[in-house]
Amino acid sequence: MFSYVKDLGIDVLFKGHNFLRLMGGLLVTLKISLISIAISVALGLAFGILIQKKNIAVRVVSRIYIDFIRIMPQLVLLFIVYFGSTRVFRINLTGELSAIIVFSLWGIAEMGEIVRGSLSSVSNHQYESAEALGLSRLQTFIYVILPQSLRRIIPISINLITRMIKTTSLVLMIGVVEMIKVAQQIIEANRMLSKNAAFGVYLVVFILYFLICWPISVLSMKLEKRWK
Amino acid sequence: MKKEIFFKKSIVVGLSILLGTSLIACGGKASGNSSKANSSTNSSSTIYRTLDQIKESGTINIGVFSDKNPFGYVDEYGKYQGYDVYFAERIGKDLGVRINYVSTEAANRVEYLETGKVDIILANFTVTEDRAKKVDFALPYMNVALGVVSPNSKVITDLSQIGKDEQVIVISGTTAELYLMQNNPEIKLQKYDTYANAKNALENGNAVAWANDNTEVIAYSLQNEGYTVGIPSLGSNDTIAPAVTKGNTTLLNWLNNEIKSLGQENFFHKDYEATLVDTYGLEYENSLVVEGGVIK
Repeated sequence: MFSYVKDLGIDVLFKGHNFLRLMGGLLVTLKISLISIAISVALGLAFGILIQKKNIAVRVVSRIYIDFIRIMPQLVLLFIVYFGSTRVFRINLTGELSAIIVFSLWGIAEMGEIVRGSLSSVSNHQYESAEALGLSRLQTFIYVILPQSLRRIIPISINLITRMIKTTSLVLMIGVVEMIKVAQQIIEANRMLSKNAAFGVYLVVFILYFLICWPISVLSMKLEKRWK
Repeated sequence: MKKEIFFKKSIVVGLSILLGTSLIACGGKASGNSSKANSSTNSSSTIYRTLDQIKESGTINIGVFSDKNPFGYVDEYGKYQGYDVYFAERIGKDLGVRINYVSTEAANRVEYLETGKVDIILANFTVTEDRAKKVDFALPYMNVALGVVSPNSKVITDLSQIGKDEQVIVISGTTAELYLMQNNPEIKLQKYDTYANAKNALENGNAVAWANDNTEVIAYSLQNEGYTVGIPSLGSNDTIAPAVTKGNTTLLNWLNNEIKSLGQENFFHKDYEATLVDTYGLEYENSLVVEGGVIK
């Protein structure tokens, strides 16, 4: 058994506090992604409803915001927020806070688009039927439109959420030591002693990412089934 | 109709309150975990912290590599180690301040200094003309040239051996990248952001060779069987020095005096023997170490 562990290069994780360090990195990854996801879901829902409105100014501003965020690579956004805020405004944001801001801005934009798409996919006769039943606009939205849209929103937003979790590995470029960076540090510190460390450590990292993202997918499948 | 307006307004108000509070909440959390060393940058008119401000705050922010064994890396107990870190520890001791290590990548070292997010970069930073326009280098503490490592199956001893369709690995923001782009633009480069990824790429056979600082490739070939440094010295001989934010003269002068006085006790030779000897052996000691800031 132990020889397998050694061949795979996983043994380096049992040296000193390495495994705890990797878990610490995992916590940083989770902290950044969960806070960003919570903000993105809450504000993204509101943003999606807002951009559905016919107001021209709202539409133009939100369009620019969404396209800007979508076109910019996340790495560039991280540099703009982390270094740019110091250059332009002399505000010294920590790496973690910058990451949360960037991932939230990204999540809100994408989530807004998802919500807008799902809301507009509810057919017109649903609105008309609700009106015929004497429901007010707010009631129509809450009791008729939203429940139907949510079913469409869930699967697509799960995709977004897992994508956000995986993309947090970019934050190592702004000095945040998260799971991938800890993995690289462990591999590098053991380069001389354990040649397969890269394989073994990345294998463990893969399993850890899987363990985070898989339950989310399962949850979404369950929700989809229940709402069918 | 009234309801709709109310609805619209409540969304806008809700959005702004949520955004505001969430950012404040996260701000509190995030800053609680990291060091408070940077706080004084906000109040001063310059982007950097002077020597007195650093001493007053009790903490110095030093940018080092965290995955570049044996210059700057993190051991299994989470402690920073290496040739650069050995020097950093001494700086902290002589200044009488605690050290907050910031994990930097090759590509963002200049940016860290330009924004004052670190006080000193001690991350195997090669002195170049281009960089000297953006940051202030102190006296050097090491020599370096470029080198090219390739697999034994096809050792590259001259750049002309690299075929049209073949690629060479470089790390973004390094002197090797700059040198090849300027002097050999016909060579296709495969760029990576981290040392770990570049090494993995070479081992996976993604490219025919890897160009980097010769210290790095010599160490690599000594540690990994099947790889040879076919080109041990490419381009001009450069030096490695600490760097501070442009204009931070108080810190720069202190560093220069520190390096000069450390030369009297042969500090960097001790540093070499403590951190680099396992990797390079004693034969490279005198060619790699620069003592007291004087290049022979």
